[in-house]
Amino acid sequence: MGKGVARSTAEPMGYSRWLLRAHSLLVFVFFYAPIVVLVVYSFNKSAVVGKWTGFSLSWYGDFLANDNIQRSIWISVKVCVASTVISVVLGTLAALSIERFRWWGQKAFDAVLYLPIIIPDVTMAVMMLVFFGETAELFNVIPGVDLTDGLEKLVLSHVAFNISFVSVVVRARLAGLDASMEEAAADLYASRWQVFRRVTLPQIMPGVLGGALLAVTLSLDDVVVSSFVSGVGATPVSVYVFGMLRKGVSPLINAVSVVILVASMALVVASLVLERATSSQKGK
Amino acid sequence: MPAVATQGLEHQAERAKSRQGFLLGLPAIVYLLVFFVIPLGIVIAYSFATRTRSGRTELNDWNVEAYRRLGEDVVRAVAFRSLWIAVLTTVVCLVLAYPLAYFISTRSPAVRNMMLVGVMIPFWSNFLIRTYAWRVLLDSDGLFTQMVSAVGLGDGRILFTSNAVILGLVYGYLPFMVLPLYASIERIDWSLVEGARDLYASGWMAFRRVVWPLSRPGVIAGSILVFVPSFGAFVTPAILGGNKKGLMGSYIVDQFLDARNGPLGASLSVVVLGVMLVGTLIYFRQGGRTL
Amino acid sequence: MNKWMRLFALVCVFSVTAAACGSDEEASAFKQCKVGETDGDFNFYNWSEYMDPDLITAFEEQFGVTVTEDFYPSNEEMFGRVEVGASGYDMIIPSDYMVSILISEAMIQPVQAAAVPNKPNVSETFEDPPYDPGAVYTSAYQWGTTGIGVDIGVTGEVPHTWGLLFDAGLAEEFGLAGKITILDDPRETMGAALKYLGYSLNSTSESELAEAEQVIADAVSRVAAFDSDQYGDLMVTGETIVGHGYSGNFLWDFEEGDSEYDYFVPDEGGTIWVDNMAVLADAPHPCTAFAFMNFLLDAENGAQLTNFNWYASPNAASEQFIDQEVLDNTIIYPTDMSKLEFISDTGDFEINFTDALSRARS
Repeated sequence: MGKGVARSTAEPMGYSRWLLRAHSLLVFVFFYAPIVVLVVYSFNKSAVVGKWTGFSLSWYGDFLANDNIQRSIWISVKVCVASTVISVVLGTLAALSIERFRWWGQKAFDAVLYLPIIIPDVTMAVMMLVFFGETAELFNVIPGVDLTDGLEKLVLSHVAFNISFVSVVVRARLAGLDASMEEAAADLYASRWQVFRRVTLPQIMPGVLGGALLAVTLSLDDVVVSSFVSGVGATPVSVYVFGMLRKGVSPLINAVSVVILVASMALVVASLVLERATSSQKGK
Repeated sequence: MPAVATQGLEHQAERAKSRQGFLLGLPAIVYLLVFFVIPLGIVIAYSFATRTRSGRTELNDWNVEAYRRLGEDVVRAVAFRSLWIAVLTTVVCLVLAYPLAYFISTRSPAVRNMMLVGVMIPFWSNFLIRTYAWRVLLDSDGLFTQMVSAVGLGDGRILFTSNAVILGLVYGYLPFMVLPLYASIERIDWSLVEGARDLYASGWMAFRRVVWPLSRPGVIAGSILVFVPSFGAFVTPAILGGNKKGLMGSYIVDQFLDARNGPLGASLSVVVLGVMLVGTLIYFRQGGRTL
Repeated sequence: MNKWMRLFALVCVFSVTAAACGSDEEASAFKQCKVGETDGDFNFYNWSEYMDPDLITAFEEQFGVTVTEDFYPSNEEMFGRVEVGASGYDMIIPSDYMVSILISEAMIQPVQAAAVPNKPNVSETFEDPPYDPGAVYTSAYQWGTTGIGVDIGVTGEVPHTWGLLFDAGLAEEFGLAGKITILDDPRETMGAALKYLGYSLNSTSESELAEAEQVIADAVSRVAAFDSDQYGDLMVTGETIVGHGYSGNFLWDFEEGDSEYDYFVPDEGGTIWVDNMAVLADAPHPCTAFAFMNFLLDAENGAQLTNFNWYASPNAASEQFIDQEVLDNTIIYPTDMSKLEFISDTGDFEINFTDALSRARS
């Protein structure tokens, strides 16, 4: 995999190199412009976002005093973690099954796997709502399951769309790798599990992580499906915000978003630092 | 004789392998069957059901009335407008994302990861709040408006126009274009590019003949991931476009919630889903391989 | 199971109207509750920012139950969630026309007078509303009007007419083009256009509705946005000058603005709306729900609610406890009630309002 050697040729030369850099910088400005607005107005004194009247920390105070919002953040976190873990496992297996094997019915499975990606949000939302409405009683018969509590419904429907996104990303990775390494390992009488652990998994890891990243994002950001399936007391923060809109966008919501952003950025930085530390220990 | 025996063995091994493949996929198959295919089946059943006078959907008196209504002028107008907006969004995303994805691929691995996470982080704030933040940037004394008019491109007021809708959609779905593009560009064997450079001498030709074709799978995957949600979007058009011109997403929502016309909402969904699926499959065939 | 319950409820309703369903048989349809009786924690599904959190705490302390409050952004969304059954919620706060739909679908249960002794506190205006004759199923929560908010700091005095939203001449005169918001709500939006034309907002005439559709279609080019949430914010930030919206919402936002604002119900007449407390037919804890209803109908608690959310209270007994500045505010308590009309459920015709609004914007 000695790609790094030739990488220098990849970067264009002359002024197009600077053009490329400038473009990338501008796209990042585009990404972060609304985020800056969001952060700035979380410190606004006025209750109307977009009308600056002075600096204030009161919205963060309101956030700390508001149990409902804090509860909804925890619900989002729980749903996000659970649905990401489940969909990463199922989605990766599905990707392997399609890319590395040939079996009867595969084509149909392939097509079904695309459906959650190309279905309009609304349709997915209505369909989960009706489905849970019709079947909640059946599921509740199973001991320990109570679908009246919206948490399970949220996790189940987030997994339903995230499986597909994870498998698409992992498949993209698998497609570019040739299977010869795995076959060589198998020829050397490595067990199937060993082949997977030692050869396949490290190779597809960037794809799996990319899929997980996508799943986290989609789960945290989903409003439409969640607002239809959330049940008593299980309002994720995205839906909570949706409900608050009726009274206008108060900077309280900005403060909430800033808290979530800062927390997730801290997590990412921590994991990057940790990864750097472990990989430098392993390498050389 | 021995030849036949090995053939039999090979056949057996193949069958075992095919079974393995199926078993690997099984958890996802079962999951999607229960929590996606069955719910989808209910929606399809709805599309052939009857709307009672009070707005309830009764699963009897099967008919195709809801599909007949899809020929109405409203539906056609809404569908074409949505199509146009989704196409523009996809093209703009591609133009913005390709150079960025290319640039990211040429960085060192550590920087690459940082930049990718940097692309995703804005999307961990709240979708609605981000879109409202755009409203602040776009309103008459907003930063964006002032910058555009300062540069001399008109008065810069685009809030509540379809341009604002496209801007919002591009913002919302750009990462879906960047990620697959990055994945396919990053995989390119750059010694090919080097060889091409030696042959063609021009960087542009090397790009057109080598890099672009090799990144096609990423272009296709990204286009689908952007086009599909843009076509069905309804929150962004409402917030940034002022909901003045009907689009497919809001039309479907209106059918399900306001009109309480379950069959029509369902038939629209089924047709949109069907067209998207066929389009995706054809698109993939054209692209040579799946993703 | 659910279906049988609904059917049973429906049968019982028919019997009640036929005066044949005695209280004994009624008892078997819905669990009967005593005053102050609770049967578990309370699950409340409400509009956001509509309930004083202190009242929730007070209820929890007084009755020893836990309250879970969830929020919805529109009647339609709430209906979608509870329609499929097994929602787990005990009480909802539907608006007038939605109450009729809920009753016709047998999704809410009659108020048990025995468990809600404070019900007579409700003012006689709301004793026999058209959406729930005799207020059998609901008890009014808060009420208000739908009208027009204007940034009069920009326009100066304006005529009180729906023409501000729809009339090209007035738009020209006051510079309103591109500075108008209209509610994105089939009944309110079509209703405003119908009122502008001089018709009832509950008109079930196809030709009148077609005229209203044309009015909206002509206005689209002058409208900034069809918006049901942010019209107040947009006006206060100077983005719009005229907005179609609800009384209380405008009041909240006017507080934040620097300009001078006014809200009025146009002379052609406008909407009076009432949000109501209703207990779901499949409520897991109906007795706690009725206890809560009774709690809110208490004179002092009702006043506290109005002092909190600035919507008018239907509770006549509360008046003496409501802040004077709220009572004196003619936006909250309009002086002339005669030109206000309820939005009533038009049954079969209801779908035409949505279709007309879709066509006007296609």
